[in-house]
This record gives sequence, structure tokens and C-alpha cells, in this order.
Amino acid sequence: MTILSLTSIQKSFGEQIVLKGVDFTVNSGEVHALLGANGAGKSTLMKILSGDYERDGGIITLNEKELTIKTPAHAKAAGIEMVVQEVDTALVSSLSIAENVTMNTFITGPAFFSWKKRYKVAQELLNRVGLTLDPAMPLSQCSLAEKQLVLIAKAISRNISFIILDEPTAALSTKEAQHLFSVLRELQKQNVGIIYISHRLPEIMELSTKVTVLKDGYVTLQKETSACTSEEIVRSMLGNELVELLNDEEDRILGDNLLEVKQFSVPGTGETVSLSVREGEIVGVAGLVGAGKTETARALFGADPSKDSIYMKGRKIRISNPQKAISAGIGFVPEERRKEGILVDYNVVENLTLPVLKQFTKFGFIQRKREKTEAEKWIKQLGIKTQKSSLLLNHLSGGNQQKASIGKWLLTDGDVYIFDEPTKGIDVGAKQDVFQCIKNLADNKKGVLYFTSEIQELLAFCDRILVMYDGKIAGELTKNEATTEKIMHYATGGHYGTVRS
Amino acid sequence: MAQYVHKEHVENDINTTKLSLQEKIFPFLYRYGTLLVILLTVIGFSLANDKFLSYQNFTDILRSVSIITLLAIGVTISLIVGGFDLSVGSTASLATVTSAAALVLYRQETIIAILIPIAIGLLVGLLNSFFVVKVRLPDLLATLAVMYIINGLHLTFTKGFSIYNNMPLSEGGTAPGVFLPSFLFIGQGEIWSVPVPVIIMLIAVIVVHVILQQTRFGRLLYITGGNEEAARLSGVPVQRYKMYAYLLSAFFATLAGILLAARIGTGQVSAGAPLLMDGVAAAFIGFSVFGAGKPNVIGTFVGAVLIGILLNGLTMLNVPYYAQDIVKGSILIGALAFMYYEKKK
Repeated sequence: MTILSLTSIQKSFGEQIVLKGVDFTVNSGEVHALLGANGAGKSTLMKILSGDYERDGGIITLNEKELTIKTPAHAKAAGIEMVVQEVDTALVSSLSIAENVTMNTFITGPAFFSWKKRYKVAQELLNRVGLTLDPAMPLSQCSLAEKQLVLIAKAISRNISFIILDEPTAALSTKEAQHLFSVLRELQKQNVGIIYISHRLPEIMELSTKVTVLKDGYVTLQKETSACTSEEIVRSMLGNELVELLNDEEDRILGDNLLEVKQFSVPGTGETVSLSVREGEIVGVAGLVGAGKTETARALFGADPSKDSIYMKGRKIRISNPQKAISAGIGFVPEERRKEGILVDYNVVENLTLPVLKQFTKFGFIQRKREKTEAEKWIKQLGIKTQKSSLLLNHLSGGNQQKASIGKWLLTDGDVYIFDEPTKGIDVGAKQDVFQCIKNLADNKKGVLYFTSEIQELLAFCDRILVMYDGKIAGELTKNEATTEKIMHYATGGHYGTVRS
Repeated sequence: MAQYVHKEHVENDINTTKLSLQEKIFPFLYRYGTLLVILLTVIGFSLANDKFLSYQNFTDILRSVSIITLLAIGVTISLIVGGFDLSVGSTASLATVTSAAALVLYRQETIIAILIPIAIGLLVGLLNSFFVVKVRLPDLLATLAVMYIINGLHLTFTKGFSIYNNMPLSEGGTAPGVFLPSFLFIGQGEIWSVPVPVIIMLIAVIVVHVILQQTRFGRLLYITGGNEEAARLSGVPVQRYKMYAYLLSAFFATLAGILLAARIGTGQVSAGAPLLMDGVAAAFIGFSVFGAGKPNVIGTFVGAVLIGILLNGLTMLNVPYYAQDIVKGSILIGALAFMYYEKKK
């Protein structure tokens, strides 16, 4: 048995101490889940192990022999491979699947490598991860789930002892995730040690043999999975603050229709949707990845403008760009936070006031003092954890960045708020804040459209749930009749009589 | 096996190691490195040549950098929106030639010789923004193509000859007009013994700085360059702001071209071409000033001054002009290396 052991690992970036002495051990043939809120240090720890960062202190040993890991090459030599969260950064999309899978032969292999042999090797590796794709196909044609498996196939092309997976199911549908789990179990049988980073408790309880929880750079829980409960894990992630899932029993009083669309064509999917939101209503839009949720949300906001008009409080408006949407009273929190939602190189104040900058402008000049005072009021109200309001968003954790991405729309005081996967990649604590914020919006007579693939969240607080499948709205459920099974039934195309993947 | 590891002493260890000399010096150099280099260069040149540190030489340096600074302001604005305007050099050449042509070939007044190049320059800016915003070509390629087109246009117009007083015309006789004294005053005059180009440059630097830092217009230019998609989804008309940036870029290039014509008193063809790279260098050196890490006008000005001081000093020390580019390149590398080193951390 191979034992990889990290002892009192320390790491800091400038002023910020990320790891304050972390012990972590993984044995071959075990699935060791690593959990923690955003900013707890999970990714940093794994980047140290995979040679991406150099540690400030601590020891890494392999079978009690000390290892020097300063570069990714060192980690690879020790048999440690990492499957990163953003799979596109680790693969070359312009090459074929075969070339990507056999990437290591380019580095260490012979100078000449026949295509015949390459395809054969690639095919074998793809079989091992259960992919039935043509190795000659360009990688760019693969789906996200396929790319992930290609990356795993690439990792196991060498004799590896340990593999690190960073939130591999973040963008996968349930079925794709199940397939991934079977691949991982197969690897486990072949005596590979798996380090599994995830935010999703159910899959951790299902898959892992051991759990380590990090909080603020310390280890707060380290146990056999069978010996601990979900509540225990959540408590270790959040500290002693109690976790209360929002379960609002009482029905909200709903007002008139705020936003309504009929046969509204969505350019991203080529389909049409009809939906409406009333005052004080939270409408959840469920759907698996690829169901067309993001496309619909973007079309409603004019990010990818539709040729059809919407009805806002009964008034017909054509939303041809985001500016029109904003002046009509719509706000949009996009899925890709860092790419679309916030400006990472700008500070909290500048991010929050961006949509309403005109309010803080006199004769073209920005009234910085007023801008700052107003922004700081919102920072407090949103619970954005930042030392000062002039801190760049890059230095904040994902959850706090998300709060800024949402917060800027609170300043606009619109009528309808569209959220696209607002809890993606943020920790449980920040999730609570986001839910609370959305609930407050509804209490203040705003309409909320909540697009997500997290069914539990929808069941927790939506008044009505629409389920999307293949770009269309496949079903509508009220709060009282909605269950996970019913939602999944529609989301997987079950209403067609056949289940399509 | 559950552990609650709270090693407070670890924190202290990290705090003490942080105060190492290296950790303290790098941030200082990152912020003030460029200014330090200027200071050291001035001291060095003053020791080597006693004529270096005089009011006359000081104004000479500023005068020599005024044209580059104006051009570099244009480059800076294009960089702010995340673009890159390579056509500023040829736009300056075009402005030089058109203002000279207006004066010498068409006997126009000074004001016309200023307004016509500005109007034509803005057309070039529109052309750039058309390719970048509407056709959606990458900035570098679009402005490279426009650079060639403008260069070819102004050479075709002059048939490759420069325009000067009393020049012979192909249809016989000499040119009817001359460079008017009021026009030459822009490039050669002095007000209270400060050269006019220097005054124009300083006004431009201050006005653009205030606009960029204090106004909504400036903020939105920066935001557009910071993350175009996030800006668009926050309701910023990013395409319009990109167009403004290219118009401003062309405007400042034109201003530089007019100043150049007034300075040398001829409509020299291709005069703007060598200015392009100096302008780009000044803008990029500007990134490093005060550790800004992004394009900014004060930095650009400092960058231009640094280049000016070096060229002036090296000339005084009889370093041949062809060797001076080595120094320019080294300074640029030094400034960029510091910036990217700090960013990587």
C-alpha cells in the first residue's frame, strides 16, 4: 500500500495566510473527500500537492520518504495527477482526442509515434473510462462531461498512484456524474488513491471512504465517511454557526404579473418559451446542463437578444440589449461570475455602483464620496466580507464575489431579477446569504426568476417551478406538488415516454 | 482521528519572515522603480555633463517629448478599452502632411490648417472603430491594416514628396502659400519662456487625467477594458465606448502630427512612423509608474519623459543615435518585467 502524507503544510499569499498547518493523508485504493467553504484552502492545498504552488512550510512524504514537489513535473514523477475544475485549461481543444489522451508521449515518448499506434493506445484508455468516442475526433466537439473523462484518461495513461479531482461534477448532469463515479470506483479497485474535492454532500457520502474538512486554513474534521453525518460535515465547514435551510412554510402574497413572455424565441436554442413572473413570486426554472436555461435567461435580459418582445407590467417592450432590460427594470446575475458578472480588477465600490453610476454623477464627474457611502451601506447589508471597500474583487472569496454580482442589481431597484446558477461554486454559508437576499427581494414585491440545476434549492423556496428540457418548458409544478422525482421526470424528458440522455 | 489543529505560532512565523529585505524592497521598486530610474539617470547625466542640468536643457527635453506624449496619450486610451491602436503613427503623418498642404498648397489660414487635419483624423478613428466594433476584427490587425492604408494615402497625395515653403509644383511655378508664423508658433513659440508644445502637452495630460480618473466617461472606458462582457451585462454600451476610444486616439495622433508640422516647418512624409513605437513604449512604461499596473496618462507622460531624458543625455555623451534604441528597449523590458513579476504574484 502506498501512503501519501502531507504534514503541517503552510502557505500564504502576501498578507493572506491560506494554510496554517494542514495534515492530510491519502492511501492507495481509497477515496478521500476534501471539503471546505470557499477560501478554506482546498484548492491551494491541492495545487501544492500537484506542484502548481510551492509550499512555505511542511513536509510531503510518499511511503515515509520525503518528496520534493516544486513543479508539476515533480508531482507527475511521484505518480500524482490532477484533474482540474476548468478542464479546458488542461487540454488542447484544437487537437484530436487521441493526441490529448496520449499527451504524455509527446513529452517522454519516442520522437516518432505512429498514428495507428496512437489511436490504439487512445482507444484503450478511452475504454477504461467508458467513453465510446472516435479518438480521431477533435476535442473541441466533445461535451464538458466527455472532456472531463478525456482528462482522466490522459491522467491514467501513465502509471499513477494518486489522482486529484477538483469539483468534477460541478457542471455534470446526474447521469454523467453517475458515470464518472463508476469510472472512479474502477480506478479505486486498481488501487489508485483518489482525492475528491466537492461541495456536494450526497455524492461525497456515496463515494468517499474518508472525509477531511478544511476551514480557514485548518483541518476541522478528519474521519471515516461511514462514521460521520452530513450535519457534522456541514458544521465543520461553517464552524459552530447552525445551518438553517430556508424552509418558508407560509405562502407569499402574490401580486399582478410583472414579466410575461409568450412564444418568446430564444436564439441560443432555436426554441420558444412562455413564462410569467408575478409580484413577490419566486419562479424556479429547473433543468439539466444543456437544457437551455442559460440561453433563455440571457435572451430575457437581452444579452443574446431575441426577436420577440416581452411584456413588462403589461407593457410591450423589445429587449434588444442589456441597457434596455435594465431601464425596463430587469437585473441579471449571470452564471459565469468571473467572466460575466463582476470585474475582478476593480474594487467592491466600483463593481456595485456600475449599473447606477449615473446616479452618482454630476456634470459628468463621479461623486466618489457619495458613491462610497452608498456602496458601503450595501456592503454591510449584503454581508460582503471585505477589509475595506477599496479592495479589488479578485481578493475576495467566490461567495463574496457573488454577493457583489447580485448586489449591484439591488442598487438599481428593478422589478424582475433573473438568477442563473447563483450558488455555483460558493460555500454553504454564502448560499444562505444568497437565499436570504432572494427571499428579501420577493418580500419586497419583486419578481424572481431562478434558473438552476440544483433541485434541492428550488424545492426549498420557490413558489412555482418550471422544468426545461431541450430548450422548451417541459412542465410546470406548484410549490406543493413539486418533488425531486417529478422535476427529474420532466428534466430528463420523461414526459415524452422515453428517457433521453 | 479528528483533529482541531490551531497552530497560532505558525501565523507568527509567517509574519516575521514576511519582513525580509526582499519582501520590502520589491513593492517599493514596483511602485517607485520608474521614478527612481529617472532620478538616477538625471543624477548620472548631471555628473557626466555639467550642461545637462540647466533650464534650457530641461525645456529641450520636455519639448522633444511633447509630440511623443500626445501620440502616446492616444495609444493609452486605446489600451484602456482593451484595444491597441497601431495606426497613430500614420495618422500623425497624415495630419502633418494635410496641415502643410492646407497652408502651402492651398494658402489657408492657420485655423483651417488645424481643423482640416482634425476632421480627417476623426475619420481615421471612425474607420478604426468600424473595423473593430462593427466588423469585429481584432484590434491589432484592424489598426495594422488601417496603418498601411493611411500611410499609402498620404504618400499618394504627396506623390512621396514632402511639402515645404516655395516648393516647385509639377504644373510649373512654386507653391502659392507659406507656413504662417501663427502656425509655426504652435510648434516653435514660447509663452513666458515655456515652449508652446510643452504647454499643450501639459494641458492635454492634466485634462485627460482628470477625465479618466474623475468622470463617468473615464470610469466606463476603464470598465470596458476591464471585462467587456461583464460591462455589457451591467448596461455599459461597450461598443460605443470603444468607438470613443478610437476617436480620441486618432484625435491625439492628429494633434501630435500638427505639432510636428509646426515644429519642423515642413510637411515631412512618413514623419509619424518612428513616433509610433516610442509612443507605445511610453504607454507601456506608464503601466509601471506608481505600480498602476494598467494604462494611465500620468504614467505615459513619465514614460515619455524617461525616454526623452535618456535620449537627450546619451546624445550629450556622444552615444550614436542608432545605439540609443538599445537603451529604449532595455528600459521597456525593465518596466514590463517588474509589472508582470508583481502581477504573477
